[in-house]
Amino acid sequence: MAKRKNKAPKRKANWLVNTILAIICIIWFIPTLGLLISSVRPAADILQTGWWTVFPHRQWATEEQVKLPKDTDLRQPITVNGQTFSDDQLKSGVMQGDKRLVWENRRSRTVDVQDKKWSGFTLDFTTLNYETVLGGKQYKITQPDGTVKTEQGSGMGRSFWNTIAVVIPSTVIPIFIASFAAYAFAWLKFKGRRVFFVIVIALLVVPLQVALIPILRDYTALGLNGTYFGIWLAHTAFGLPLITYFMYNSISQLPRDLFESAYMDGATNFTIFSKLILPLSVPALASISIFQFLWVWNDYLVSLIFLGSQPEVQVLSMNIANMVGSRGSDWHLLTAAAFVSMLTPLAVFFALQKYFVRGLLGGSIKG
Amino acid sequence: MDVRANQGSMLKLILLSILVPALNVGLHFSIFLFFRSSDLPPVLNALLAVIWGIFGIYSIYFSLNWVVEQYSDKWKERVIPYVFVGPAVLLLGWLLFLPTLRTLYLSFFNADSTRFVGLANFGAVFTDRLLLTALRNNLLWVVFGTLACVILGMLVAVLADRSSFERLAKAIVFMPMAISFVAAGVIWKFIYYYQPGDDQIGLLNAIMVQLGLQPQGWLSMVQPWNNLFLIVILVWMQTGFAMVIFSASIKGIPEDMLEAARMDGAGEVRIFFKIMLPVISSTVLAVTTTIIVFTLKIFDVVMIMTGGQYGTEVVATEFYRQLFMYQNAGYGSTLAIVLLIAVIPVIILNLRQLQKEGSF
Repeated sequence: MAKRKNKAPKRKANWLVNTILAIICIIWFIPTLGLLISSVRPAADILQTGWWTVFPHRQWATEEQVKLPKDTDLRQPITVNGQTFSDDQLKSGVMQGDKRLVWENRRSRTVDVQDKKWSGFTLDFTTLNYETVLGGKQYKITQPDGTVKTEQGSGMGRSFWNTIAVVIPSTVIPIFIASFAAYAFAWLKFKGRRVFFVIVIALLVVPLQVALIPILRDYTALGLNGTYFGIWLAHTAFGLPLITYFMYNSISQLPRDLFESAYMDGATNFTIFSKLILPLSVPALASISIFQFLWVWNDYLVSLIFLGSQPEVQVLSMNIANMVGSRGSDWHLLTAAAFVSMLTPLAVFFALQKYFVRGLLGGSIKG
Repeated sequence: MDVRANQGSMLKLILLSILVPALNVGLHFSIFLFFRSSDLPPVLNALLAVIWGIFGIYSIYFSLNWVVEQYSDKWKERVIPYVFVGPAVLLLGWLLFLPTLRTLYLSFFNADSTRFVGLANFGAVFTDRLLLTALRNNLLWVVFGTLACVILGMLVAVLADRSSFERLAKAIVFMPMAISFVAAGVIWKFIYYYQPGDDQIGLLNAIMVQLGLQPQGWLSMVQPWNNLFLIVILVWMQTGFAMVIFSASIKGIPEDMLEAARMDGAGEVRIFFKIMLPVISSTVLAVTTTIIVFTLKIFDVVMIMTGGQYGTEVVATEFYRQLFMYQNAGYGSTLAIVLLIAVIPVIILNLRQLQKEGSF
């Protein structure tokens, strides 16, 4: 993490501060933990018990069973172990001392006597969910002649590679274009500089929905729908205002004399940009890349509209969304798929985290 | 003689200026055609696409710059800024600026854009019960979503700054940023899941049962609170963004400034409100703007969690439905324009701030 400028020793941590922060962190972490645990549980377990039951907890366990006389009238008070209860009470469970009485089977008049017992670490670990999600689900189809045919559904592999083909150019291209523009806005003089810059800033807050219908019409006319190139352009345009603004803040704060001397030596603007500006902006570039990468990787709306859902170009987020829609009950597959889709962005984030904080500190955000 | 030589080189320059961009267009168009009809295996396809994207953009700038380098010094100075700014301006013009105007135009037309209807669509948007609910819900998203993200983000940033596990805390709070809305939808279904009876597999209902309360259908029955339960998901995901940026700007505050205030006996809370907050006010504005704009166009969470049912529709989901299910371009465009009108004050506020900072 970033060092304080004057290296003042960190003030002693307060227990209250630590406690509040710890509580927030635990709350923040619980949903993801639930997903992770669910994704390694067998399908049947997920549907029957909550994921937290893998932790040690006390739950009712049957100790003994009481068989009542076969002719017990359920409409009358029922006597069990000397006390009387109604049928409804026994249906939902009723306390007798510290034991719980509940019907095991009403027709055979059997009552369970339960006691709270410790149970825990009951995780029945499986990697089957991941195997199915990555390799494709096997469908058993019974054909008209009675034979059973097994078909392999499509896994996430295809859409993973589609996502890569969409995301990396959609991160690099806008950052490249925006950095060039930011350099020109910050250090070059030309007619219309102010007007163009104000328009870029104003476009920062244009909701992208506003642009969808006209772009879709153009794309249909140009045959760009469902192509990588089309979605690169869309992500580039939607990301440009913010990235230009961000890179402008960073590039405009570089000291002028740094490249003035290079210019005197006859370096062209292009050389100055690629040999001086870009290397000096690495922290800012890294942090904006992380954001753009995460946004594009996790995007659903833009790909839904411009890529459509053909399997040849489908991306991960659409793949999972379709799973939610078409087999909403396949919790075990959904959890594993969701976790798979998280892995890459998490890895990128933790790998670049160091640059990320430095980039945000490097004058890119004005305090 | 000299004049003719000059004319010759002029001709060469003009030819170059036409040829090189044309070559670029031709080259990339043929690559585009190749990809559109390619049957390559996914891995190879992705790899080639990435290479094309990265080297393509570099080669375009490089070749255009090379052409301009052939000009005389006077012209070079004049033209090069437009080479640098040009692609950004063209793209923004085509894909954001013009579409906004075109959408505005479409919003005055009927469903299939054949008949001019004036302001009728706007009238309909503000009277249709479904659309009014969408507008109300968007307001809920903007107010509660933004407030919660900014306040919690600030709280975590300040607390983490003086805690003994700063890195871990920040990583945990930031982590949901790396999760897609779709995946987050799956995660949160396990928290809001509802089924009648005592055996719950949704965390929230399991807690309700433990407390001896009735389980609830959080996303369907509890209205209009179900919107807030959806907003919680956004807060969980976006607080990390606010936190990271606040944290960076808090660390930019000179330590001596804070020490001086402490010497004078100011309490930590007072220091926060009287010193820290004013210093980082422009960052707070920037983050608030980003999150407001983000919540205004919220789509994925609602689409995944409820599909806009149970009174949770927002403008973006309604827009999607009007456009793609009812084929009503007029209504769809009007909804988008309503969103745009809603963010105009935010643009003005930001431009003013930029001017005040003397950014240009």
